Amino acid sequence: MFSILTNITPLEGNFILMERIYLDNNATTIVDPAVKSAMEPFFSQMYGNPNSLHDFGSEVHPYMQIALDRLYAGINAGNNDDMIFTSCATEGNNTVIKGVYYEIIRNSEKNEIITTQVEHPCVIHSCKFLEELGVKVSYLPVNSDGIIDKDILTEYIDPDKTALVSIMWANNETGLIFPIKELGTLCRENGILFHTDAAQAIGKIKVDVQDAPVDFLTFSAHKFHGPKGAGCLYIRNGVKIPPLLHGGEQMGGKRAGTVDTAGFIGMGLAMELAVENLDYEVTEVRRLRDKLEDAILSIKDTRVIGRREIRTPNTILTSIKGVEGEALIWDLNKNGVAASTGSACASESLEPNPTFVAMNIDDELAHTGIRLSLSRFTTEKEIDQAISVIRKSVERLRSISMSNI
Amino acid sequence: MAKADLIGGSLWDQYSSKVDERMTNPRYMGKITEEEAKAMGARLIVADHGAEVCGDAIRLYWAVDPDTDKILMARFKTFGCGTAIASSDVMAEMCTGRTVDDALKITNIDVEKALRDDENKVAIPPQKMHCSVMAYDVIKKATSIYKGVDMASLEEEDIVCECARVSLGTIKDIIRINDLKTVEEITHYTKAGAFCKSCIRPGGHEKRRYYLVDILKEVRQEIENEKVAKFLEQKDFSLMNIIQKHKAVERVLSEHVRPNLLKEGGNLEVLDMKENNGITQIYIHYLGACSICPSSKTGTLSYIEGFLKKELSEDIQIIII
Repeated sequence: MFSILTNITPLEGNFILMERIYLDNNATTIVDPAVKSAMEPFFSQMYGNPNSLHDFGSEVHPYMQIALDRLYAGINAGNNDDMIFTSCATEGNNTVIKGVYYEIIRNSEKNEIITTQVEHPCVIHSCKFLEELGVKVSYLPVNSDGIIDKDILTEYIDPDKTALVSIMWANNETGLIFPIKELGTLCRENGILFHTDAAQAIGKIKVDVQDAPVDFLTFSAHKFHGPKGAGCLYIRNGVKIPPLLHGGEQMGGKRAGTVDTAGFIGMGLAMELAVENLDYEVTEVRRLRDKLEDAILSIKDTRVIGRREIRTPNTILTSIKGVEGEALIWDLNKNGVAASTGSACASESLEPNPTFVAMNIDDELAHTGIRLSLSRFTTEKEIDQAISVIRKSVERLRSISMSNI
Repeated sequence: MAKADLIGGSLWDQYSSKVDERMTNPRYMGKITEEEAKAMGARLIVADHGAEVCGDAIRLYWAVDPDTDKILMARFKTFGCGTAIASSDVMAEMCTGRTVDDALKITNIDVEKALRDDENKVAIPPQKMHCSVMAYDVIKKATSIYKGVDMASLEEEDIVCECARVSLGTIKDIIRINDLKTVEEITHYTKAGAFCKSCIRPGGHEKRRYYLVDILKEVRQEIENEKVAKFLEQKDFSLMNIIQKHKAVERVLSEHVRPNLLKEGGNLEVLDMKENNGITQIYIHYLGACSICPSSKTGTLSYIEGFLKKELSEDIQIIII
């Protein structure tokens, strides 16, 4: 595994050697050094355009083929399915939602999209955009476990009206895993297209498109130790949507634009490594996550959102009474621990976190949420250090706070 | 702004180093006990403002000398983000040594300015502005307790947003001081409308007496009217720009000239105005009876020109088209 990142950080005018601990892996991850090495030759050696009719172009093809094989194997896609290179899951999600609008909603009686209140903004905002064009969109509330179950979806779908159901595989904030196999089956039985944003699922849990009947699946490489700027859109054989990006004949005409060959090749290896490390993820990463979670829960008046059994093995969304989320993130950052906030306050907007609202988590907790997310590069030493930093920060901020604790 | 907006920047980068320093080491954080206040011969005031459910809450402690009304010591406790902690700290420092009445004059803008590193660079990002408003409101609360009066009597006005307890006066002031143009900006600065959203526009969660959309419209209209009034205040014709001159000419024509022409069944319109070597040339076109009247190019012309010269400036020339 990779060595601990060290950095010289100017702090309060002095240079202090500080070990930084990265616990924000749901935002992005470190590129696996093996992935980086695999990408290296495609910048200045084999830099040809794969669409060119000379050796510079064609010499890249075998490597792209390997990457493609790895991607197909990674989610168990069939050879007649498409796995289209995109720049990120956001692009894939836009392609699916807007594509369904152009292909189906504009040409049939089906005029509804069903999604959830807790989707990533790229899904929510794409749906809002379609609402402006006259599409009816339902945003499903989650149940008391924080997920969408078959019962909720059954209430909303209408085989005559529903064109698409889009539900994430795992939630970015809570790590809660949605029952995609069941939900996909329900849609399949009713002749409704089903899309899942698997950005938070790949590399954390098993993703198999033969097992779970999905029509579209999207992900970003940088969430599983691949490069940023590379993503993938899976389309089941026989499902047709127009491209989002029109242009050349790349990706079989389904996504124009010269393929980022290094990114594509890196993503392929990252996928293979993610699948290989899945056992490690559900045992060792989970063990470290649980250790951190138990330590936080041992502090008085703290809670963790969502049951452990139905969460991705790397994620903790915790609420610490009397400690405002952003203040804690600030303090942790000062002490070398990178986390992210689930609170309303720290985001650019003052809007309360939609996941919290949907889960009926009371407002007080909504301002005290922080998210800690691990990866296979997180070490036990880092977790021990993080525990100690979190304890100290909570103590300090509670001494400032007037909450009666 | 476009280039500066693209990467999005870290929230932390938008804080001044003073905010950072106060957040890390607040100097006035803590409390004052009854015994401590008594030892100083002071009266202890404890004021709470905000609520944890809103994401910000502050408790302010004052030890006030009852003879001089002077705040001998100030301390705070806060549940809030870095900005809330830093502005509470500066606010407590600013209270110290002032009389209660003087402390009441401290505004959130003073607090924010005190946190600036560079006087021209705002110390906190706009979406965190409301955190400094809170530090200002708690002073009002403490004063009302000290004086034994209702907080509303100090505000002398109505609360628009109950969730964030933001008054009509505060909202109007904030719009004016910061030249706000959207409801979203009001929410950023004051937190009004950030929670239940009822006060943004009619049709929300509950019925309100005031709505942000209406207040904004009203204040913007006032600001615009003031701008126009200021614009029209210019008395010296030679210093006016061409549009101001046009307005002034139209005013004289409407008030003095047109009524007389209309009596005879005529009228005129101004087609153009030009500046020519310090002379303002006004191009007019006669309408109705004037257009066929023989004196329109002689007597009527000198009558009109004379009026404009008398009312506005000698340097005016009428040209008939």
